[in-house]
Amino acid sequence: MGASINYDEVEVGTELPAQSFPVTRATLVQYAGASGDFNPIHWNEAFAKAVGLPDVIAHGMFTMAEAVRVVTDWVVDPGAVVEYGVRFTKPVVVANDEAGAVIEVTGKVAAKLDDRRIRVDLVATSAGQKVLGMSRAVVQLA
Amino acid sequence: MPLDPSFIGRSYPPTPAYEVGREKIREFAEAVRDANPAYADREAAKALGHPDVIAPPTFPFVITYRAAAQVVQDPELGLDFTRVVHGDQRFVYTRPVRAGDRLSVTCVIDSIKSLAGNDILSVRGEVAEESGEHVVTAYMTLVARAAEGE
Repeated sequence: MGASINYDEVEVGTELPAQSFPVTRATLVQYAGASGDFNPIHWNEAFAKAVGLPDVIAHGMFTMAEAVRVVTDWVVDPGAVVEYGVRFTKPVVVANDEAGAVIEVTGKVAAKLDDRRIRVDLVATSAGQKVLGMSRAVVQLA
Repeated sequence: MPLDPSFIGRSYPPTPAYEVGREKIREFAEAVRDANPAYADREAAKALGHPDVIAPPTFPFVITYRAAAQVVQDPELGLDFTRVVHGDQRFVYTRPVRAGDRLSVTCVIDSIKSLAGNDILSVRGEVAEESGEHVVTAYMTLVARAAEGE
């Protein structure tokens, strides 16, 4: 595989470049179509509110897809991700305007493992709230 | 009614093969605004050592979620899907999903717990290529919130 980062050049605490991912209602409609998840809480405000949500929320799997880009953009080959898991702690609330919401993601090397692998811990927030917990990727480095 | 713990360990029949198309991968990558060339450009994917374009790390959920309908909608299990939220999700990859794969999913109920009236259901999806090669295992936890008044 083509991981561009060398294991020997990485230390525990090394920070990956942080990124911000905007998300609007249009993004959610597009993601619903591409993923096949048409749950109305992701596009129908009246429905979302009727089930007790503050507004339309992003698909948890959309947020999960964005967060790992901090890893895949850094390592270049997405195939270097050998394990990836998250807990969905708070929803990303998406207002019905052009600004929508923003998902902010940071990541750092939390552990150096055997076989030239590392564990990256990710932190994803939106509107100041942590939206993912236990967000971790195991990455095969060169 | 809490879910019946005797369902722990239950395995469902493998799903019919899902054929992973190059344009489906492109569509998914565009939807998550991910311009990594490994998802859209075969030559770029080959330069990284892959035989064809690969799918983003969360793409397998498209297939495993569909397969999990067998469990979620199993009338014997009796999960109230209107009360379900996605608790957590994890993937363990043998290799990335790639265009041309014909993938079948075998769902297994790993655990059922009841916590403060909520049902917590963990379902594992073993994703294998038609050849039998293991590709990825998806671990999904669903939380069915307690019905009001219970």
